[in-house]
Amino acid sequence: MDISFNPEEIAFQKEVRTFFETEYPADILEKSANRQSLSSDDMVRSQKALHAQGWIAPNWPEEYGGTGWSPSQKYIFETEMARAGAPRLVPFGLGMVGPIIYTFGNDEQKKRFLPGILESDIWWCQGFSEPGAGSDLASLSTKAERDGDHYIVTGQKTWTTFAQYADWIFCLVRTSTEEKKQLGISFLLIDMKSPGITVNPIVTIDGGREVNDVHFENVRVPVDNLIGEEGAGWTYAKMLLTHERTGIAGVARSKEQIETIRAIATKTDNGFGEMMTDDADFMRRLALVEIELMALEFTELRTLAAVQTGKAPGPESSILKIKGTEIQQLITELFVELAGNYATPYLPEFYVPGSNVDSVGPGWAADATSKYFNFRKTSIYGGSNEIQKNIIAKAVLGL
Amino acid sequence: MNFSFSEEQEMVRDFVERFVREKYEPDMRRKIESSEQGFSSENWNMFAELGWLGLPFPEEDGGFGGGAVETMIIFEAFGRGPVLEPFLATAILAGSALRQAASAAQKEALIPAIIDGSIQLALAYCEPDGRYNPANVSTMATETGEGFVIDGDKSVVLNGPAADRLIISARTHGQQHDPDGVTLFLVDASAKGVSRQNYPTQDGFRASEIVFDEVAVSADAVIGELHGGYAILNNAIEEAILASCAEAVGAMEMLYKATVEFSRTRKQFGVPIGSFQVLQHRMSEMFMEYEQTKSLLYRAAMAMDAGADDASRTISALKIQVGNAGRKVGQEAIQIHGGMGMTEEMYVGYYFKRLTMINSLFGNIDYHLRRFTGA
Ligand SMILES: Cc1cc2nc3c(=O)[nH]c(=O)nc-3n(C[C@H](O)[C@H](O)[C@H](O)COP(=O)(O)OP(=O)(O)OC[C@H]3O[C@@H](n4cnc5c(N)ncnc54)[C@H](O)[C@@H]3O)c2cc1C
Repeated sequence: MDISFNPEEIAFQKEVRTFFETEYPADILEKSANRQSLSSDDMVRSQKALHAQGWIAPNWPEEYGGTGWSPSQKYIFETEMARAGAPRLVPFGLGMVGPIIYTFGNDEQKKRFLPGILESDIWWCQGFSEPGAGSDLASLSTKAERDGDHYIVTGQKTWTTFAQYADWIFCLVRTSTEEKKQLGISFLLIDMKSPGITVNPIVTIDGGREVNDVHFENVRVPVDNLIGEEGAGWTYAKMLLTHERTGIAGVARSKEQIETIRAIATKTDNGFGEMMTDDADFMRRLALVEIELMALEFTELRTLAAVQTGKAPGPESSILKIKGTEIQQLITELFVELAGNYATPYLPEFYVPGSNVDSVGPGWAADATSKYFNFRKTSIYGGSNEIQKNIIAKAVLGL
Repeated sequence: MNFSFSEEQEMVRDFVERFVREKYEPDMRRKIESSEQGFSSENWNMFAELGWLGLPFPEEDGGFGGGAVETMIIFEAFGRGPVLEPFLATAILAGSALRQAASAAQKEALIPAIIDGSIQLALAYCEPDGRYNPANVSTMATETGEGFVIDGDKSVVLNGPAADRLIISARTHGQQHDPDGVTLFLVDASAKGVSRQNYPTQDGFRASEIVFDEVAVSADAVIGELHGGYAILNNAIEEAILASCAEAVGAMEMLYKATVEFSRTRKQFGVPIGSFQVLQHRMSEMFMEYEQTKSLLYRAAMAMDAGADDASRTISALKIQVGNAGRKVGQEAIQIHGGMGMTEEMYVGYYFKRLTMINSLFGNIDYHLRRFTGA
């Protein structure tokens, strides 16, 4: 065991830092720093910059475009990326469907879909949840009936993040109602331009527009778009969900946020002529979150060290999801607290680049409350935190 | 001790509850919230006609002489909307300053007009660096021959956009954090040198940042004693805390009930999610938090009406309880509703947002813990 970086790792850290300082799109970092919202175009551009460097998919096996990094290098990369303030990668292609395609897809599918994911030319979205199938995902009812070389898909997906930008959607569909419900599920890739698909926005409590309803009415999907075997979709989905959970933890980003809070606190008046850093109650709460995070950082490193590159971690990933999201939510609350009275204004236009709406109070406070509201989602999506605890109880504790 | 409401109090409660049921269905609320003004003039006029706006004012000023208990009754019902009309800003926050300290002439000029609904007020006391400390005043009022000239910035002034008159705190003496030397002034919102940046709040109300640039007022614009505004502000804020905490209790009641109801009808794994014990326990906790908060609310209202020695301390206790319980009840309501809880369409979000904002208005948990412990 050794907690320090070796000389190669230090050199690598420097290389990554330099990359973000000199080659990564500076305007995107600036927008992020100013808490402005990024367009889908910005997100694509930021990912293309990473791809140009060969760093877009550190978790993929090398043969498919991964980096071949050690766990320490991945850790360094994540940390530096968060430190630079670079936006997170859109997870649906790189973190979810990509690994499913290279693990279970046929050669034709790998050739057809993996390059578009690595190059961020194809935007994916995740069509799992349905109005009647949330936590009980296996009860999903969107059906796909075989008709010659096609499936005819009819049903509704919901909460589909960024469906408004998506070129393709990966769906769990019911291909059979005969057996146990998990066995009748298949994993299907669907072109969003197919006739019969409509996307309707769902506005979230923070006023944001990131989720959608997606309706399918007799949508014809070529049988070639089926991943693996018909009826085996549930097994693939389970693997994908553990990837998703691990990705949600967001440790490096939370670390960065804690530093940001501390830096703001040193400059924010507590109302009594001192700074918020002199406010013992506030600083104690910040410390408690930081301690949780210090532990989680090593829980993550321990978990990931045990997993081979490209493979999914086991049920331990649930711990990363629960703790990671609890910490993220607490961080958003600390921002709200720090903002004081300035948590109150609601100025959605402020985040739109180029808008001439003035911030009210300090710029960092402008999105504090909206973010707190929005981040309540993190304990709900990716399998709710209650469901994660059920998984730990069953699969880890054997209860 | 007596825990029951009088007949008149019950009548008021029934009236206000009916108003909220009939005029604050989610769609109606959405319409009011998204209107330019952010509240309904029709509702406001109705408040005037029914005499609600007169309730917090003494009879000798033309009001109905209600106390903390009456305020509590109105606002607990308002919390079920949550109602957007600026009752809190006009009749409680600014109204309290007038009740406590206005001259006979000032009362006569303002209170009847508030009661009949023709004018609205705002209390401008927060400052950009002041956080929750009402003594932290750097807005300056400089004495001239004829009166005062006021310069400075006020932030997050509730009901700033619709206010015809502003009551503002300014320093006439002492240093930036001294309680002594703060004076309250009555300023016309359209006076020369007053400029407002208006915006909606996270929970659908309206507020303003207000700049005072060489605003001249006459000597009779002073409310109460010169240098003596801090005590008035403190009492006004305490009244506003009681009112907004009553609102919070109403909101929590809506949330726990809506969540229980949702858990009965939402099925996953072939059963209602309300059958999962882990959720049952959490809804039991929501219920307990609601009951505990309601108890402290009653305690605070009764202590206030009795002028008890520990009334201020009880108000801080209530504010802390509302902060903690509101957070818990709000977060659990969203969580147990799952994805539905995250939608603008599902009205649990309104209550969650209002509870969040009530926690951060008028001093958050830390601020009131300091006050409670006397630190
Ligand atoms: C912002 C956002 C983005 C999302 N993006 C996507 C996306 O891109 N693609 C996609 O497919 N899905 C997405 N989802 C959907 C998400 O995965 C579901 O919301 C989640 O699985 C929960 O399902 P539900 O909302 O139906 O809640 P329900 O399953 O109805 O759950 C309601 C409550 O009951 C609890 N509960 C349920 N079962 C149990 C149990 N057995 N024991 C104890 N408690 C239980 C839950 O934890 C929750 O608190 C998104 C959701 C949100 C909020």
